Amino acid sequence: MKHARIAYQGLAQEAIVTEAGIQLNDGRFVNKDEVVWLPPVEPKTIFTLGLNYADHAKELSFSATQKEPLIFFKGPNTLIGHNAQTMRPSDVTFMHYECELAVIIAREANQVSKEAAYDYVKGYTIANDYALRDYLENYYRPNLRVKNRDGCTPIGPWFVDKEDVKDPMNLTLRTYVNGKKTQEGTTADMLLGIPELIEFLSGFMTLHPGDIILTGTPKGSVDTKIGDEVVTEIEGIGRLVNTIVGENTFQTN
Amino acid sequence: MQTVYLKQSGVHPFKEARVDLENDTIVIAGKTYVKKDISYDIPVNGTVYGTLLNYRGAYQKLEKSMYEPPYQAPPKAPILYIKPVNTFASAGSTIALPEGVFELEIGAALGVVIGRTATKVTTSEALSYVEGYTIVNDVSIPHDSVYRPAIKEKARDGFCPIGPWIVACDSINNPNDLQLRVKINGELKQENTTKNLIRSVEELIADVTAFMTLTKGDVLLVGVPENAPLAREDDMVQIEIDKIGTLENQVISEKAFIGGRI
Repeated sequence: MKHARIAYQGLAQEAIVTEAGIQLNDGRFVNKDEVVWLPPVEPKTIFTLGLNYADHAKELSFSATQKEPLIFFKGPNTLIGHNAQTMRPSDVTFMHYECELAVIIAREANQVSKEAAYDYVKGYTIANDYALRDYLENYYRPNLRVKNRDGCTPIGPWFVDKEDVKDPMNLTLRTYVNGKKTQEGTTADMLLGIPELIEFLSGFMTLHPGDIILTGTPKGSVDTKIGDEVVTEIEGIGRLVNTIVGENTFQTN
Repeated sequence: MQTVYLKQSGVHPFKEARVDLENDTIVIAGKTYVKKDISYDIPVNGTVYGTLLNYRGAYQKLEKSMYEPPYQAPPKAPILYIKPVNTFASAGSTIALPEGVFELEIGAALGVVIGRTATKVTTSEALSYVEGYTIVNDVSIPHDSVYRPAIKEKARDGFCPIGPWIVACDSINNPNDLQLRVKINGELKQENTTKNLIRSVEELIADVTAFMTLTKGDVLLVGVPENAPLAREDDMVQIEIDKIGTLENQVISEKAFIGGRI
């Protein structure tokens, strides 16, 4: 089943997305054009993987043989729903998308073995983890100025129950900029897969229900310009649409 | 007397109280209590953002290496990190010493608690976005490199004691002139002052909200002074900040922590 959070007629609420349309909790069906898509979950902690695909690590000229996974956190200010806008500041010369499989945690997870890891998964969604590379600095890299900006992480449109995704470690990811395919890869190429990531993280800290792990992106990250429509797509989950806008849209300066 | 906001364990709403720091007494709803007789809960519920290298001494210690790999250049914008919710702990709770680790770094931090949504705030109006100030123990497993996010070293359960309360903004004239002290088992181990901040509280709020929004209940740590004291198993750690109070927590072994001595 596909679970969404939407705003409809002045109320933020949960909904189910079906072939027949969007079904609200009270049973009513509404049209997708009538709703505002919100991030499908409200996590306490957002984990993000850097360099978790060997080909992307190479693209960014890093050695793929790191001792430990590169992990950083994001704040709740970063999440924004489907069909929304993300701002590209005027001084930025390189802002790229990152299509990522996002894993949603089902229950409190501490000291979980990789064999048991999927018992702790609720479902999957799509995240687009934009990076504004001009702001990269070599301290706690990637620093928050690059990765923790308001609305810089579109997520959704919904999450899909774990039971409906047969093999999450074998899904095709694709990104389209203005309809042209610019990125294609498969979750089979992750350096650390979902079970390994849950084992690693829960080995030294506790994960909570609703927490999200963004599992990294394969190669094919290209610069996106103001006005570009960026569609990140994952097989069996859906398509997440975002549009890049400039500072004028946000009426700054 | 300072106006404080606090959360008592097992009681839902936040309370406003008056604290007498000299006599360790607290007045809640007209009744006077001894400070230690109250059980304090974590007084914040937002995101905790830490700031790296914002004390002059801490910056100077790394300065020589800043032109060499992996750093290549000194930092330009504030370098932040997130202490996630699993790290939050209350005043009086215990800090678990992980197995195989013998010492923990005690990061004495002034926590600036945000009172309303702050985006692109100027320095002159920055303090009007502050609800108040609290004490935060930014605990870490000692590590030298600050090139990659130190998740395993800084994000363990209970590695961010906060409290015991928030002192209202009005009770503190100048957050950039507060003395802070760390005592371990009663012995003074560190003394510093927020006079040594590179970015003042106002400048930090301005420079951070230039690229991200802080919302009510978020906490911005102004930084941790150089030469963070080290604490070992069973050590009693106190962080005192002028005009705010004392945050006390004990380090215990991870096994005891899991065993329920919380």
